[in-house]
Amino acid sequence: MLLELEHVAAAYGPVQVLEDVSLSVPEGSAVGILGANGAGKTTTLRAISGTVRVPSGSIRFKGNDIRGKRPELVAALGIAHVPEGRGALANLTVQENLRVGAYLRKDRAGIESDIAFLLDLFPNLERRYGSNGSALSGGEQQMMAIGRAFMAKPTLLVLDEPSLGLAPSTAKTVYTAIARLRDETGISMLVVEQNANLAFSVVDSAVVLETGRSVLTGSTAELRGNDEIRRAYLGG
Amino acid sequence: MNGFGTFVQLVADGLAQGSLYAALALAIVLVNQATGLINFAQGGMAVLGSYIGMSVGNLLVPTNLILGVLIGIIVAVAASFGLGALIERFVMRRFQGGEEDTKVVATIGLLTLITGIIALIWGYNFLPYPFFFNTGLSFTVGGIAISLWSLTTFLTIVALMIVLQLLFTRTKVGLGLRAVADNPNSSALSGIRVGRMLMIGWGLAAALGTIAGILLAAKAQLNPGNFDAILVYALAAVIIGGVDSPSARSSRPSRSRCSRTSPAPMSPGSATT
Ligand SMILES: Nc1ncnc2c1ncn2[C@@H]1O[C@H](COP(=O)(O)OP(=O)(O)O)[C@@H](O)[C@H]1O
Ligand SMILES: [Mg+2]
Repeated sequence: MLLELEHVAAAYGPVQVLEDVSLSVPEGSAVGILGANGAGKTTTLRAISGTVRVPSGSIRFKGNDIRGKRPELVAALGIAHVPEGRGALANLTVQENLRVGAYLRKDRAGIESDIAFLLDLFPNLERRYGSNGSALSGGEQQMMAIGRAFMAKPTLLVLDEPSLGLAPSTAKTVYTAIARLRDETGISMLVVEQNANLAFSVVDSAVVLETGRSVLTGSTAELRGNDEIRRAYLGG
Repeated sequence: MNGFGTFVQLVADGLAQGSLYAALALAIVLVNQATGLINFAQGGMAVLGSYIGMSVGNLLVPTNLILGVLIGIIVAVAASFGLGALIERFVMRRFQGGEEDTKVVATIGLLTLITGIIALIWGYNFLPYPFFFNTGLSFTVGGIAISLWSLTTFLTIVALMIVLQLLFTRTKVGLGLRAVADNPNSSALSGIRVGRMLMIGWGLAAALGTIAGILLAAKAQLNPGNFDAILVYALAAVIIGGVDSPSARSSRPSRSRCSRTSPAPMSPGSATT
């Protein structure tokens, strides 16, 4: 198992937000996290990347215990987290944002070929290559954020609601690119999404969160067949 | 001609003096960019660095003037870089996640502390800084006297600004510093060691301030309160020029919490109470 969370709790200061979250991401697969607003999806991702306190439970990545490790170290181990709200470096250009993503890499040739791959994947970014992050549209910022994470050459790409705040057609474009990224690189993914239809276009399986607990896990097909899931997350 | 000559001399001196304010202002901006706070101790740190340079210089100058002064400056700059980094790591970081105002107050406390330490070691008297040349010297071009000190100061500061600009735009550590200044949380997700970058930022600012401090001391001699008045001008330059961005490209609102207050100069006497 590439990533395994068992009975994870998480808290912001004294406020415990996650009660009991378990999930796993097999090597090479893409797993979704579904759940209503406030269910704890973002917090689950933060627990993985080390940006929220995890008082109990276990988080293992490639067999190593990463619970409580600093975000810099988690990133260095091969997890690239695209945070909610995209985390764009607003005063840096698209090019610089991508180079920040590759900060820990030394393989110059690999960096250049990965940038070329990304600019082919996201033609918008090629057009805005010299523009500051702040000048980009929401969709372009999302593409840049995904690109920056990908530039780290991670084993696991963690995406927090890539469709958030985007027009439906833009969200679709972003998801098409994510699917292509997965097909062409075989990278493992953990994708938080409220829009299950979009999530299901990429993931193999998903976990459903309710008020800080993982309550259901299933393959995409199983979840599609579940009446409750269909009502709650698939719009009928 | 005579009036014009005086005018040119005043402009040259003004440029030199102004570039010192600019250097200290840039040091303050460097820290503000990286951490969002104004370091009121920046001037005090610069003065402390200058005293270190003076002591080393006085020790070495008797054997070789140029080399002695140079080594004094190098030691002062290196010590300031280290001190700046250590202050970030062991003082400022303790206030991480706390109130922004608390951190600013902490820097004011730091200023008081540093001034006190300087007074304790070197006293309150004005001390001469051993410099490359007599800073009263000037040379005449077309009947206009230009102060050698003004020219040296102005050119040194301009050169430093160019070097810093290159550091920020052409090097990997520069990219890391700018990324952390822009969004530390997001930078950490790319594996950048935020704490390390903050230490480097504080170190660079302290080193820059010390060079300005030494240039000032070479002309005006050294005193614990050397930068107290200049801090006000530097803050004015910072606030007018925009706290956030040395390259003035920032579009985001200022994060400074004290951009409307201008500090009263600290009197050295307050340091020991
Ligand atoms: N920084 C924070 N400090 C305190 N509480 C937070 C913070 N971020 C989120 N929460 C709370 O944690 C709960 C889960 O939030 P979140 O993980 O963002 O949910 P989701 O991503 O599923 O919408 C919510 O009740 C939210 O109010
Ligand atoms: Mg969320």
